[in-house]
Amino acid sequence: MASVDIRDVRKSFGSTAIIHGVSVPIADGEFVVLVGPSGCGKSTLLRMIAGLENITGGEIAIGDRVVNNVPPKERDIAMVFQNYALYPHMTVADNMGFSLKLRNAPQSEIDAKVKRAAEILNLGALLDRFPRQLSGGQRQRVAMGRAIVRDPQVFLFDEPLSNLDAKLRVAMRTEIKELHQRLKTTTVYVTHDQIEAMTMADKIVVMHDGIVEQMGAPLDLYDNPVNLFVAGFIGSPAMNFLRGKIDGQFFVLEGGARLPLGTPPSASASQPAIYGIRPEHFLIDNEAGAEAEVVVVEPTGSEIQVVARLDGQEVIAVFRERHDFKPGDKIRLGTDRRVTHLFDAQSGKTLARQ
Amino acid sequence: MADAAAARTEVRPMPGEPSAWQQLKVNRNWLGFWFMVPAMAFLVLFLVYPLGKGLWMSFTDARIGREGRFVGLENFEWLSEDSDFIRALIFTIVFTFVASAVKFAIGLYLALLLNNNLPFKAFIRSVVLIPFIVPTVLSAVAFWWIFDTQFSVITWGLVKLGIIDRGSPINWMGDPFMAQCVVIFANIWRGIPFIAITLLAGLQTVSPSLYEAATLDGATRWQTFRYVTYPLLTPIIAVVMTFSVLFTFTDFQLIWAMTRGGPVNATHLMATLSYQRGILGGNLGEGAAIAISMVPFLLAAIMFSWFGLQRRKWQQGESND
Repeated sequence: MASVDIRDVRKSFGSTAIIHGVSVPIADGEFVVLVGPSGCGKSTLLRMIAGLENITGGEIAIGDRVVNNVPPKERDIAMVFQNYALYPHMTVADNMGFSLKLRNAPQSEIDAKVKRAAEILNLGALLDRFPRQLSGGQRQRVAMGRAIVRDPQVFLFDEPLSNLDAKLRVAMRTEIKELHQRLKTTTVYVTHDQIEAMTMADKIVVMHDGIVEQMGAPLDLYDNPVNLFVAGFIGSPAMNFLRGKIDGQFFVLEGGARLPLGTPPSASASQPAIYGIRPEHFLIDNEAGAEAEVVVVEPTGSEIQVVARLDGQEVIAVFRERHDFKPGDKIRLGTDRRVTHLFDAQSGKTLARQ
Repeated sequence: MADAAAARTEVRPMPGEPSAWQQLKVNRNWLGFWFMVPAMAFLVLFLVYPLGKGLWMSFTDARIGREGRFVGLENFEWLSEDSDFIRALIFTIVFTFVASAVKFAIGLYLALLLNNNLPFKAFIRSVVLIPFIVPTVLSAVAFWWIFDTQFSVITWGLVKLGIIDRGSPINWMGDPFMAQCVVIFANIWRGIPFIAITLLAGLQTVSPSLYEAATLDGATRWQTFRYVTYPLLTPIIAVVMTFSVLFTFTDFQLIWAMTRGGPVNATHLMATLSYQRGILGGNLGEGAAIAISMVPFLLAAIMFSWFGLQRRKWQQGESND
């Protein structure tokens, strides 16, 4: 196992720069998730760690060794691909043992390591099958087995769950996390799915347009997003953003409705701003709440999602308790002032946490 | 309105048992047969009939302008003692084997090269196709000049380089062994594009992530080829080599345009010998017998590919995804 240090890494394809100086320290044994919308450069960054892409600028170190010019096979990393990249003409056992075979390991050692990995992943009965004969989840596990067998310093996952159906994805998420807790190998995991990021990561790195927007522990990002992008990207349903301006203890929406603020930022009174509130932080407040009109009600069983029009802007509110709302109903929405966010309308940066 | 609807839904009474012909016309199982008839008719007319006719003629002593008598295996017995036929048979086998092997090796190498990211990739790929596009007779004439004993550009080059003496030019087309090498060379030149481009198409179906996975697994370039590319390419290699062997074995144009089987019948393939004996010599029965002698070899090649083409174990399996 080893730490990975990404220092001011840049990447250009020809004259198109796609990663503009990214620095991410990854501690030994840490599970780091790179998350961001497509085209943000997260897969490219992962492929640079793997050695499948050249590094245009900056440094990547695995352990104490800078690996910019080290060929992939000497970096001691293993990678799980989105499409699994299993060799179709090899059995499960041969797929998993291929790297050892290339290293001229004795057959007894290959068999032992493959057997151990198969036990960890519950693949024992499938060792003689070919990839075509496996289901998507099984293929995914074989791809992980191929990585485990090598006992590498670092595991790299490139959107490994995006080809699976929703239910299997949830199960595999748990499985990968369990695997990490068991093996404690440093892991870098790329996904565009913020739920995967939230549920699996020790540390999330949110990327956007080739830069790191924010990195930190999942709940830290959730509670303290530094800008509009992170606030909107992390969390589902996404945070509501309302336009208006600050007025003393209140945030005044464009149509005049007033929402309470905690401690208002002193220097920014009456400047245009964006008020952010997560759906679950709305509450029904029949005394002081702002009036809103119910548009759609979506019960999921454990909670109710309500889409409402608040002062002309649509918001989503989620309630754990049951309400019998109908479209067209007038409700009064209050907010928990401890968990609201304020962003600068121009820069999108967080003004102050309330 | 109601009456009309009732009349339409009324079951029409069956006029007794339908005749066998009626049944053939409407039975779904026979429908497929009817659809196949046009294609079958075409095949029978242009494939089965000539083949059958050729087979029949090989058992007769037919000559041009004279209906033959059935002579049994006499033509074949006669051929088995004919040194020209034996020589053509052996040369056809050597020709096919050497040319196919070299075409495969160079074609595969070219395909692997062209599969890389080269500058002007599309242009280079189309250049590779040129030998395939040029009409065979035209390229044969070009080779004829290149290897002409007096005017050969190769001889000229070698003389200029001082490797050979002007007074003793190489007798490319006059020397039996040289002529054999030259026609094999010409066949290889012409056959490579087909193999290279087909294998290139096969290579492009291999997912790049497999190469990346192999790289990360620690495979060298050679190991990647040996353990990943080649096994994945075997099905298409089986197809392309079957075609290549069939085309090479039955080659006619190139030989006929370049050497007409000479010198001293050294470059006769079975196809050219058959034409010479059957059409030019007028001994249709004998020519047919030579042509029919090719059939067992071609069948063997087809059988070989049939087994080679059978889906390998890794290609099978329930597709349950």
